[in-house]
Amino acid sequence: MAQAEIGAEQRASRIPRASAAALLRRGRSLAWIALTLALTLLGLMAVTFVVGRVVPIDPVIAVVGERASQAVYDAARIEMGLDDPVVVQFARYVMDVLRGDLGMSVTTQRPVMEDLARVFPATLEMATLGILIGVTLGVPMGVVAAARQGTLVDQVIRVLGLAGYAIPAFWIGLVGLVVFYASLGWVGGPGRIDFFLDGMVEPVTGLLLVDSLLAGDMESFGSAFSHIVLPATILGFFSLAYISRMTRSFMLEQLGQEYIVTARAKGAPERVVVWRHAFKPIRVQLVTVVGLSYAALLEGSVMIETVFSWPGIGNYLTNALLNADMNAVLGATLLIGVVFIAINKLSDLLYLIIDPRARS
Amino acid sequence: MSALIEVENLRVRFPGDHGPTDVVRGISFSLGRERLGIVGESGSGKSMTGRALMGLVPAPGRAIADRMVFDGIDLARLDERGFRRLRGARLSMVLQDPKFSLNPVIRIGEQIGEALAFHSRASRRERRRRVLDVLAAVRIDDPERVYRLFPHEVSGGMGQRVMIAMMVVLEPDVMIADEPTSALDVSVRAQVLEIMDDLVRRRGMGLVLISHDLEMVARWCDRVLVMYDGRIVEECAAGRLAEATHPYTKGLLASTPHLDDARELLPVLDRGALGASR
Repeated sequence: MAQAEIGAEQRASRIPRASAAALLRRGRSLAWIALTLALTLLGLMAVTFVVGRVVPIDPVIAVVGERASQAVYDAARIEMGLDDPVVVQFARYVMDVLRGDLGMSVTTQRPVMEDLARVFPATLEMATLGILIGVTLGVPMGVVAAARQGTLVDQVIRVLGLAGYAIPAFWIGLVGLVVFYASLGWVGGPGRIDFFLDGMVEPVTGLLLVDSLLAGDMESFGSAFSHIVLPATILGFFSLAYISRMTRSFMLEQLGQEYIVTARAKGAPERVVVWRHAFKPIRVQLVTVVGLSYAALLEGSVMIETVFSWPGIGNYLTNALLNADMNAVLGATLLIGVVFIAINKLSDLLYLIIDPRARS
Repeated sequence: MSALIEVENLRVRFPGDHGPTDVVRGISFSLGRERLGIVGESGSGKSMTGRALMGLVPAPGRAIADRMVFDGIDLARLDERGFRRLRGARLSMVLQDPKFSLNPVIRIGEQIGEALAFHSRASRRERRRRVLDVLAAVRIDDPERVYRLFPHEVSGGMGQRVMIAMMVVLEPDVMIADEPTSALDVSVRAQVLEIMDDLVRRRGMGLVLISHDLEMVARWCDRVLVMYDGRIVEECAAGRLAEATHPYTKGLLASTPHLDDARELLPVLDRGALGASR
């Protein structure tokens, strides 16, 4: 009767002890992640490449101008390699991208790579602060709402979340500026830093808060902070709306599980039932949700960046689009894609750490 | 025999669109340091009776009783705090399927140790030692290893022994086992029941074994209550089930197949004659 089970137990017992096999398996899953990463990136480059070719903007005219003669036009076309077979062009594109060459921007007259290195940190800084606010407030709010389902607390949290969906970003941005900047003077106005401090801090990371701290320049830090706090809070509010909603529904599902009854049958206090037995299992799902919201913020909120004159990637991309600046558009698109993929892969790695079921 | 639990006129009531529904409809029974079986079909109210004793009737349901006394404590009037102090320490409950009743992301040892943390001031070391002891008591050969495992890494039979260990670690007075073997392979059922039975006898606990399996209850219990439609329709010593008088019990017994059966068809319960009022 117990024979079969003992056999199974012995088999199971080898797994934690055979560390070499476990290491091999983990190495293999890391290699797998790296391989899929490379393939996804190649796919992404294929997409941007194709998009660059099908849009009705002639890159030759962009260079030579509309009034150039046919001979000049043809010469430029050959020089730009546009006569070569598509495969060769794509290979050249991939090599260029890998070397960090995204071409010149027509509008800024600078390499796109340099532009991105300047605008992306501005977005990164704001998005990171925003997601931190969204997670530290949104997750507890969702948990509390689920634990007190149907009560006044739950209703208030749900209305707040709904507001995050319904209120337009530019409206709340403008109202925020009017109230907290113009009337109360609690925060800085548009831009990343007060204009008389602009350019005082040597860019190292491109993140003003970090760079000013590295330089020990507390005045710049204070100014940068007062400028970022309002837009980041507004971004945080939007991600909070999504995160708290998802947390609430994940928690409700967990609270209906049998092991919650078990925890109560052991005499677990409500706090332990909610935060340990119900919350721990949903961390994996939350990683996905937070990763997605962070990625969304990193694409740059055009609305917020416009209202706050924030020199971020959203603003850059919009300008490039309006000026038919294809190199800039494709470069920014590629960067956003890479960020998206990176965050997804990071979530995959986090699963391996958090979820015991994914590990074995 | 002095009673551990005495229940008078217990009802479990759920509100509904057409007024409240009672799923347990006024039952009275007592439990001593014995093994009491409660049998009945799905929806007969047997599980809700067990939950009511633990104060764990799921909302919006409610347990109402004239009297529900456990060791001088009136459970019918006990608040959540009071129940929390009893659960796990003096009253405990084994659930049906370890695949769902054990938390998937907490190590087995920690899940068992929790009960000690809630109810005693035992140090971490002391807790660990007691968890290893209780794992050995449910006949787990390598407690040190199982301590570190997650629930998905053990078999169903071992999972249920872990569940039992979790519920006896504080040596409660009463253990309620709700279909403790229905989710297990037939081959390990007897083993799990034997371990449970051994612990209950050795520690002088009262056991409420809830099941739909008449033969199992007859074999492992001293006394049997038969529930039907929220009521107790039969109460007898386990060995005397064959002499049952209620038509429902007789019907159930008659519908049990035997190895030497010559019957073409098993008889079907005549519910009309049972006077079900739903």
